[in-house]
Amino acid sequence: MNLTATLIFALIFVFVTIIGFLAARWRAGDLTQLHEWGLGGRRFGTFVTWFLLGGDLYTAYTFIAVPALIFGGGAIGFFAVPYTILVYPILYLFYPRLWTEARRSGHVTAADIVAARFANRWLGLAVSLTGLLATMPYIALQLVGMAVVIGALGFHATGIASDIPLIIAFVILAAFTYTSGLRAPAMIAVVKDVLIYITVFAAIIAVPVALGGMGHVFSAVPTSKLLLPTPPSGSLGSYSAYATLALGSAIALFLYPHSITAILSSSSAAVIRRNAAILPAYSFVLGLLALLGFMAAAMGLGARPEFAAGFARFGTNYAVPALFLAVFPSWFVGIAFAAIAIGALVPAAIMSIAAANIFTRNIWRAFLHPACTDDEEAGVAKLVSLGVKVGALFFIIFLPQQYAIQLQLLGGIWIIQTAPAVMLGLFCRWLNGWALLIGWALGIGCGTAMAAALSFKAAVYPLTFFGTIVPGYAAFYGLALNLAVSAVLSPVLNRVAGRSPAPLIGQR
Amino acid sequence: MKQPAELPQRAPRSWLRWLLFAPFIAMLDVGSYNRIAPTLGGIPFFYWYQLLWILIAAAIIFLVHRRERGGGAA
Repeated sequence: MNLTATLIFALIFVFVTIIGFLAARWRAGDLTQLHEWGLGGRRFGTFVTWFLLGGDLYTAYTFIAVPALIFGGGAIGFFAVPYTILVYPILYLFYPRLWTEARRSGHVTAADIVAARFANRWLGLAVSLTGLLATMPYIALQLVGMAVVIGALGFHATGIASDIPLIIAFVILAAFTYTSGLRAPAMIAVVKDVLIYITVFAAIIAVPVALGGMGHVFSAVPTSKLLLPTPPSGSLGSYSAYATLALGSAIALFLYPHSITAILSSSSAAVIRRNAAILPAYSFVLGLLALLGFMAAAMGLGARPEFAAGFARFGTNYAVPALFLAVFPSWFVGIAFAAIAIGALVPAAIMSIAAANIFTRNIWRAFLHPACTDDEEAGVAKLVSLGVKVGALFFIIFLPQQYAIQLQLLGGIWIIQTAPAVMLGLFCRWLNGWALLIGWALGIGCGTAMAAALSFKAAVYPLTFFGTIVPGYAAFYGLALNLAVSAVLSPVLNRVAGRSPAPLIGQR
Repeated sequence: MKQPAELPQRAPRSWLRWLLFAPFIAMLDVGSYNRIAPTLGGIPFFYWYQLLWILIAAAIIFLVHRRERGGGAA
């Protein structure tokens, strides 16, 4: 075991735990209210929101999986960069209005907003269930990220004993989330981001120096991996795959419950607009991190005997930890690994809070127990946040990791199907709730069928348009069907119902 | 629940808003940047061009935000 690194890692973890518990007192509110526990009282300004959203969207899995994809597959993995570029114009254009609508009516989740706007609780239920299903494997993936760095620290136990560090980390996470709610990840996100920035800049300077310049990094990688393969005739090939992966992922990102929770916790719509301009700082870090994949490949880490066990156990996900072990002194490895592990803790906390908000508000209160008091509601949410984490932990310990990754793939395909109701619903008053529900169901069916045709191993489906093969992200094709159906059926169903369309903001 | 002091009125819109589509056009036309040359400090065009667009897109959003905010309070 790497003792120095493990010690530093543990120290930082203890420090973060203390912060997590102290966070309950920060801008203290009545934590028996759901919007106080689950949205931090909607009081986060530009600065805190920047850390919270950054900590929330750029997860440990991003730090591990994006470089891993580049390490293994080359240029296609870089789609994460256009993805994070396109996310912010979308944030700027759509989500300030979501905030305004939620604030006006005291809504806590996207499903609240949708159910109220379209006066259709079944559509609300569909949005809630999609959110819950998409979030669970996402939390499990945070654990995958954490397991990789804990494994890289050198714990070589077998069976259930090998999971003990992970279980300790999650007990800590569960405890401070329960007591402090969203305030805990918001404060810890500051620590996380500082550590991540230090680590990334150290790596981006140290590794090219060790290799003799960026030019050497890229010249050590075969050209076939540096660029996307040119599409053959009769197909858009890797180009349409790259573009739809970027666009589809960008549309999906802010529909995830944990993103919406972070958006709704900000103190004004202006905070969201401002953040759309300053959050790209994280995208730049992501881009640099992605290049670490090439650095690991250029150093030939996959072939080194000391890393063979790690790559055998974690696959390409081991590329970044191996790179850090190869170039940093042990004490800095401790800092870097802590950055990644805390980078998993923060989003996992926000995800479990978001899932708890949804279950409590949109399923428990809306369908099972309408008469509950606000106190009871917050109490149930806290318990559910524990349940969600225990579920994710079982998931990761008792099921093969492959399932988590496949479910995550489906999660993206499913969550994007809430885009017409959640995003367009804010602007298009003529959309009909039942039409949106039918579009949602068909979109999910279409996307899932495409993923099934790929045996749940890939997300890019080769659809044929008039003789041209257009490989594209299944989420994107599902959404196209969903949008078409919602748009065509809405006027028809509106006429059948003889009802006037839902009022827009500012017109009621 | 406490009511907010000022509920935001409809934010003023600027024609600059259309610039927000530029990153989509640039990034979705993958064929336009899938090449090695010209390299920048040894980094192939494919990579530095997309990294550069992170900055351009951020600058556009910043510009639009400043303009649209300019109509109201500072």
